[in-house]
Amino acid sequence: MAEQQTAETLGAQLASKAEDRVSVASNWKLVWWRFRKNKLALVATAMLILFYVVVLIPDFFATQDPEATEARLAFIPIQPISFFDETGFRLTVPAVVGKRNPVTLRMEWKIDETKKVPIGLFVKGFKYQLFGALETEMHLFGPLDSKSEDRLYLLGTDRLGRDQWSRLMYGTRTSMTVGLVAVALSVILGVLLGGVSGYFGGWIDVFIQRLIELLQSLPTIPIWLAMTAALPQDWRPDQVFFAITIILAFIGWTTLGREVRGRFLSLREEDFVLAADLAGCSRLRIITRHMVPAFMSHIIATSTLAIPVMIISETSLSYLGLGIRPPAISWGVLLQEAQNIQTIAQAPWLLIPGLFVILAVLAFNLAGDGLRDAADPYSH
Amino acid sequence: MLRFIVQRLLILPFLVLLFSVIVFWLVQAPPGDFLTSYVANLASSGSSIDAEQVEALKRQFGLDQPGYIQYWRWMESLSKGDLGLSLEYQRPNTELIGERLVLTIALALFAFVITWLFAIPAGIYSATHQNSWLDYVLTVLNYIGVATPNFMLALILMWLAFSYLGLSVTGLFSPEYIQAPWSWERVVDLMKHIWLPAIVLGVAGTARLTRVMRANLLDELNKPYVVTARAKGLSEWKVVFKYPVRLALNPLVSTIGWYLPQLFSGSLIVATVMNLPNIGPLLLRALTQQDMYLAGSILLIYCFLTIVGTLISDILLALLDPRIRMEGA
Repeated sequence: MAEQQTAETLGAQLASKAEDRVSVASNWKLVWWRFRKNKLALVATAMLILFYVVVLIPDFFATQDPEATEARLAFIPIQPISFFDETGFRLTVPAVVGKRNPVTLRMEWKIDETKKVPIGLFVKGFKYQLFGALETEMHLFGPLDSKSEDRLYLLGTDRLGRDQWSRLMYGTRTSMTVGLVAVALSVILGVLLGGVSGYFGGWIDVFIQRLIELLQSLPTIPIWLAMTAALPQDWRPDQVFFAITIILAFIGWTTLGREVRGRFLSLREEDFVLAADLAGCSRLRIITRHMVPAFMSHIIATSTLAIPVMIISETSLSYLGLGIRPPAISWGVLLQEAQNIQTIAQAPWLLIPGLFVILAVLAFNLAGDGLRDAADPYSH
Repeated sequence: MLRFIVQRLLILPFLVLLFSVIVFWLVQAPPGDFLTSYVANLASSGSSIDAEQVEALKRQFGLDQPGYIQYWRWMESLSKGDLGLSLEYQRPNTELIGERLVLTIALALFAFVITWLFAIPAGIYSATHQNSWLDYVLTVLNYIGVATPNFMLALILMWLAFSYLGLSVTGLFSPEYIQAPWSWERVVDLMKHIWLPAIVLGVAGTARLTRVMRANLLDELNKPYVVTARAKGLSEWKVVFKYPVRLALNPLVSTIGWYLPQLFSGSLIVATVMNLPNIGPLLLRALTQQDMYLAGSILLIYCFLTIVGTLISDILLALLDPRIRMEGA
């Protein structure tokens, strides 16, 4: 009897402890508890982290210089990697053999299953600068014997004999950064103008709302094309890169601006804003310390969902030849190699960068959906 | 209601005028003009053109005038229904754009119909059979549909058709009908070709619409009036279709306003990849060649289509939702 009572009080204590934990937890902690329940969103987040590790050090993952061209090595097919052989765990790829076609006089490459090229981890390859400072030759993987003729073409080569895997690593850096920077610019613009619009109201609000409506009724893709076509041809790749992000953000900020304004309008009526006002806080302090943190999680969720749109836009523009331009490498630039159907039929692996686009967009959408559902921890 | 429509129609010319300024400024922005690149091209191919001829061409197109006079001349001819002369093709723009515009609108409308025909039933099924295996399959397909860029999908379909069926699925007409005048046979031929690009164009929208329809209907299905209807002994079919579906459709109508314009501008990419005789590829070429009157006219047409698309959805919404009617009055 007494035992049961102690058990009951213990249980009640535990329950109230859990309740205490919830009631004192910060907004961010609540969001995180909710977010981690969504397993799909967690997997997507892990994938995004992987993508951004590649963005930080693409050279480390690349196996060859992405610009090295050799016409003789054009259209080498994918070498499928195998993890085991007779002796146990050993990374190998089959070698490729080339034969000149007597009619077309072109080199034709085939997989030679009889000959294996051993692959090692953390091997020496081409020289590069880690984070732009540290010179190193270390790569995640590559052929063990770097001097031999048999090189590694994990995803085949394009028409100029450039290694697609290595180019894809560098393309990942550009494309994933374009999305991030463009959305960052949109967020700054959207929060600033949307916040001003929602906080001050009056004619400023009317003006900004009309501006947003005007921009939103522009046909996005044609206007983007016209803007990118207006970029001078002699600009350096980094100039073009920033111009493209600005062009993408130019229309992208409007959705965020609307959302921020709506939140501001509803938050303005909340008691805690009135309390801060009565306590003598300045407007700037009320906005930055009290209002912005209250809808920060929403902004993060919305911008996560905006990044994939930017990535698709950049890829499409570059594919049409009006976005990022070679020699810069992005997913869209890589897909330009797959312009006509004959090339694709001859070298279907040139479509693989598209798979990366789809994966990245999927990951952003899944993670963004999870964040959006978790963003408001007080709702059910 | 009438007043609301008239109000919207009155704003239309102002918007078009505003857009025409933006568009003209955009196509004029690149350094140099059509003639500089034209002369450079001629020089690189070995032939040359004497300075007098260049001057004559310049005068003819008003390229020697300041920007606002060029704009004024463009507007003047626009008001007469004339879209100006293409610098590159040396033909009236109206002639170049004419049929391509019809095909652009036809493609967008087709994609739109396909989207709704597929998305609404799929959304209803997913919501009424929540967590069934088909619901999961549809959800996965939706995510992939949203994540695949239009041009990727076009490339993959073209590649599959080419390597497995030996078909080349580009263009909108069979070779014998490309130049033919409009006839019943030509329309039939168009119908045979247009469905594939229309599907490509509509996939992302279909995926999005299915998800929205599913979510809307799920919200409605949990409401007490549905329970009441069921308790009254109505058939399940009637319970779902009589009220919840109609209510769930309501917010979707408001999305037509941005979806239709999206189809117009999205068709640009699909048309370029699949080599469709659309205004998209024409615009792309005009932009790269700095054929500014042609590019400007096409951009303005896109703007116009976008505004009209929004207008249509505003009117539809006003018809459906009395609250919006009140606001307009």
